This record gives sequence, C-alpha cells and structure tokens, in this order.
Amino acid sequence: MAGQMAEQFLQSRYRRRQRRNTLATTLALAATALGLGWLVLILGVLLWQGFSGLSLAVFTEMTPPPGSAGGLLNPIVGSLMLTALAIVIGTPIGILAGTYMAEYGRYDLLTTVVRFINDILLSAPSIVVGLFIYEIMVAPMGHFSGFAGGVALAVLVIPVVVRTTEDMLTLVPNALREAATSIGLPRSLAITRICYRAARAGMVTGVLLAVARISGETAPLLFTSLNNQFWSTNLNAPISSLPVVIFQFALSPYKDWQALAWTGALIITMAVLALSITARALVATGKQS
Amino acid sequence: MNSSRGRSVADVALQERALIAPATGSRAKVLDRLRLGDAAFRQLTRAAAIGVLVLLSAVIISLIRGSIPALKTFGFGFLFSERWNPVTEIFGALPAVYGTVITSFIAMLFAVPIGLMIAFFLTELCPQWLRRPIGIAIELLAGIPSIIYGIWGLFVFAPFLQETLQPFLIDTLGNLPFIGPVFGGPPYGIGMLTAGLILAIMVLPFITSISRDVFEAVPPVLKEAAYGIGCTKWEVTRNVVLPYARVGVIGGIMLALGRALGETMAVTFVIGNAHRISASLLAPGTTISATIANEFTEAVGDLYTSALIALGLILFVITFIVLAIARYLLLRIERRIG
Repeated sequence: MAGQMAEQFLQSRYRRRQRRNTLATTLALAATALGLGWLVLILGVLLWQGFSGLSLAVFTEMTPPPGSAGGLLNPIVGSLMLTALAIVIGTPIGILAGTYMAEYGRYDLLTTVVRFINDILLSAPSIVVGLFIYEIMVAPMGHFSGFAGGVALAVLVIPVVVRTTEDMLTLVPNALREAATSIGLPRSLAITRICYRAARAGMVTGVLLAVARISGETAPLLFTSLNNQFWSTNLNAPISSLPVVIFQFALSPYKDWQALAWTGALIITMAVLALSITARALVATGKQS
Repeated sequence: MNSSRGRSVADVALQERALIAPATGSRAKVLDRLRLGDAAFRQLTRAAAIGVLVLLSAVIISLIRGSIPALKTFGFGFLFSERWNPVTEIFGALPAVYGTVITSFIAMLFAVPIGLMIAFFLTELCPQWLRRPIGIAIELLAGIPSIIYGIWGLFVFAPFLQETLQPFLIDTLGNLPFIGPVFGGPPYGIGMLTAGLILAIMVLPFITSISRDVFEAVPPVLKEAAYGIGCTKWEVTRNVVLPYARVGVIGGIMLALGRALGETMAVTFVIGNAHRISASLLAPGTTISATIANEFTEAVGDLYTSALIALGLILFVITFIVLAIARYLLLRIERRIG
C-alpha cells in the first residue's frame, strides 16, 4: 500500500502526508511531555506539601489525636515490621519456586502453567488478597493482626520474586552448570553455590522490587493488620502502618492529620523510588560485568 | 546448612588422599547423603512451584466459600440488582460493577492513545541518548504507590477539575441533545470521570513500556524497506510497526486494563462512594474495589460481609479473565520474537 502511494507521486498528496507526519510527531511529543509532566507534577506537589511537615518529630513521636502535634513513629515502625515479615516469608518460597522453573523443569508443563498463573498473580488486584487473608487468618483467629498483614504482603512478594529468580537463573550460562557437574558437584550444590552466585545481582533486584511493591500497598492491609494509634510491636495484635495511616489521615477533616498524611506520602514515595532506582542500577551493573 | 555440606565434600577429598582404604565406607555414606540432599532440594523447589498454584486455588476457593451466604440469599439477582442497602440487608452488585467497567473504560480511552504515542516517540523520534532516561521516567510513574495517586487526586486533581474541566464540559457538551446527560449535573470534583482520569495516568506506563518493547522487536529490515520507499516516520509506525506488533500491543493494553479494573486506593479517594448508577460521568459512583475498601471493616453481620466478598469474587473473576487473555497474547508474541 505504502509502495503504491509512493508511485502515485502527486504534489498535493505528498504535502498531505508530510502534514500528517508533522501532526503525529507533534502529538507524540505532546504525549511524552504530558507523561513526564505528570511525573514532575506529582513529585512536585508531594515535595511542596510534604516537605514542610518533615521534621525530627515525624520520626520520634507517635501519631497524635486530632488537633495536637505528633509524628509517624508507630506507623513507620509498623510498616518496617510488616515489610520484613512479608520478605522473610515470601522470598524463600519465591526463590525456590523460581529455581524449580529455571533449573529442574525448564521445559515442563508444570513450569509453563506456574509461569502463566504467576504472571496473573503478579497483577491480580491486591484488595482481593486482603479478602483472602481475612478469610483464612483474621476470621478464624477472631482478631486483626500484624501476622495477617505480613502474610497478605507476602502473597504479593512471591510472584515478583518467582519471576525475577526464574528470569535471572535462565540467563546463567549453561557452561557454568556443565563445569560444576564435571567436577562432580551434585545438582543442588551446583545450583546453590554456582548458579545463585552468578545470578545474585538479579535476584537481589527481585527482592528490592518486591519491597518497593509492597511498601506502598494499602488495600491488603485495611482488613488484615488494620491500624493501631498506639505504640505496638506485637504482631499478634492490630498494628499501625504508613499507608493505612495516610489513608485514614488524608480522608479526615483535620488539617494537622492531613499534613501528616502528606509527609507520610512523601516518605513512602521517596523510599519506593530510591528502591526501584537502586534495583535498576543493580541490573545495569550486573549486565556489564 | 549448605556450607557444612560443602565442607564435608572437601573433607572427603582430603581423607581420600591420606588414607585411601578406610575412606571408602564414609565415602559411600557421604555420597548417599548428597544424593538424599539433592532429591530433597529438588522436591522442595517443586513443592514451592506447586505452592504458587495452590495459592491461586486457595484464593478462589476462599472467595467462593465466603460469598456463599450472599449468593444463596440473592442468587443470580445479586449481579443485576441496583440496590445496596446495609440497613435492610439487600445487596446488589450492579452499581459497583458498572462503576468498575466505566472508570476502566475512561482510563483506557485516554491511556491507550497517549501510551502508544509515547512508544512511537521513544522508538522513532527520540534521540538515542534520551531514550533510556525518558523510558525510566515513564516507568517510575508505575512505581509510585497507588495511595499517592489517591491523595494527590483528592487534594490536587479533583479540585482542579472541579474548577476547570467540569464546568467547561457542563456548559458545552452538557447542553447537547443525547450526550447532554452524560456531562450533566453539578461539578463535584470527585466522581467517575476523575477516577477514570487518575487510572489513565496509572496504567499509562504499562501500555508504554510493553508497546515500546514490541515496537523495538520489529525486524529492522521491515522498517528499512518502508523508509526506503519514502515512507514518513508516522507511516512506518502506523502501517508497518503497529500491524506487526499488534498482538503484543493488545496484550499490553489488556494487562493495563486488568490493573485498572482492580485498582483500589487511587479510586477510593476520588470516586465518592455512592451506590447508584448515574447517567452523568461527573457524578459520584463506586467501584467494586472502592466498595470493599470503604465498607469491609465496618460491615456488621454475616450477610453484609459475604456480599462484599462476593463482590471481590466478581472482581477476581473479571480480572483473571482479562489478565489471562493478556498473558496468552504476550506469550504468543514472545514465542514469535524468541
């Protein structure tokens, strides 16, 4: 079709094609500017609103009752604990599953099915995960708890780690495995000693991405770990977390709560962006070496 | 655990050199242990892989079990009833399903063309050294937690729309016949349109990064041939690149759609949480995920809880189908490229 158009070369037609090209190019530029502008806009507003509230008190004081000053110490600690719990539970399962898919059953039917299901879990709505954990943990236990929140986040960690572990182990050259086998190393040692080491940067990246993914997650925590306005590090009881506090404070009518919500939002965003940029840098250096 | 096992291998080698004859017994023992450990590790990884499948089945089973009371009470009518009244315990999913579909549709309406245009820019127009930074910046949009979009939408975007876009729409399109009611009513700021636009920004990076990847996978020969006969950049992208990458692009769009359908926090902030179906896009509504997020902890009574879980089941089934189609399409294009 394009060939015919070139053949019937007419001045007017040529001009029209040029105009159309210019229009499309301009639109593409505008679209890119829009996308980048939005990123700048969101980050700018976050900095503008959140930075003024950023002080030492944010990291040393508890969440206040409405109308008085305070900080975000308990939600920050709660978030760190929940994230750590989720990583401790989710990472080993994810790495083991990814190992099976890349090392033992690379061409299995099982691997194909697991990969498909895992990719769906990767983008499944996180609120449904919250409902699931509510059904299997909160309802039988009879109360909301930090454990339930941690497990809910772990469910989100697993697919991320499975995916990156499989991808990174698949990239390990077969010559390494053959060399390990030729000196008589059993398969399990070849994997844990040789392949894991070769794929380490990538696998760490996977964990970092998982942390970035869950540290801003709110929906699965709303009815698992709930919230706690007091200092508590008891994982068997409701525990505070940054995203849930932001949710609660932002929707409240109190000005100082809203200000704290903005500050919390700034902290989370900076942490998440730092994590994902670190992850990218890790992958980049891993590729070069 | 592993390090001690590794040391024992080295020990065997040392022993062998020192005293060859007596070592044979322990050598057999060590080999046995290694064989056992090997099999155990293999089974452990296999169990973890199967665990992923168990996880998905467990999610589905627990959702079905949780929603049985509601489905028993309301039957299939649950899907088509517009009433949602916690006081009289009458629940219908239609307003939430409607809100979910409409907000996602608005999101795709804006995100698809903009996302594709950015991919066009990144693959054909952008200077080489700028491609990576711009690509990363767009992908960072996907990294920002959804609650940030929510708080930003509530305090910045919704008031902005209330003062600018919405009065404009009401004054112009709102007066037209037929489509007038779609843009009618007072400018609330929050509502379906606002939620849809926020979703559009959120899913934009998914469409852009997948489209860019499949655009880049188009064989250069095809593009060079098209440029060779004098096609413009737009014509090459429109007539050569896009048809070739069609399957992958649709896969990316479905993936983004799956995200938009299930997105919770950003929508919850700006949708207004009203259980009714309004003709106007500017009116408050609700989505499945927003309803669950807003009401689940306050739900009293088994039937109320069960109705919310049934909503979750509907959401999961819808997103599962959309995401499965997306993955299937992306798998197809991966095979062709691979």
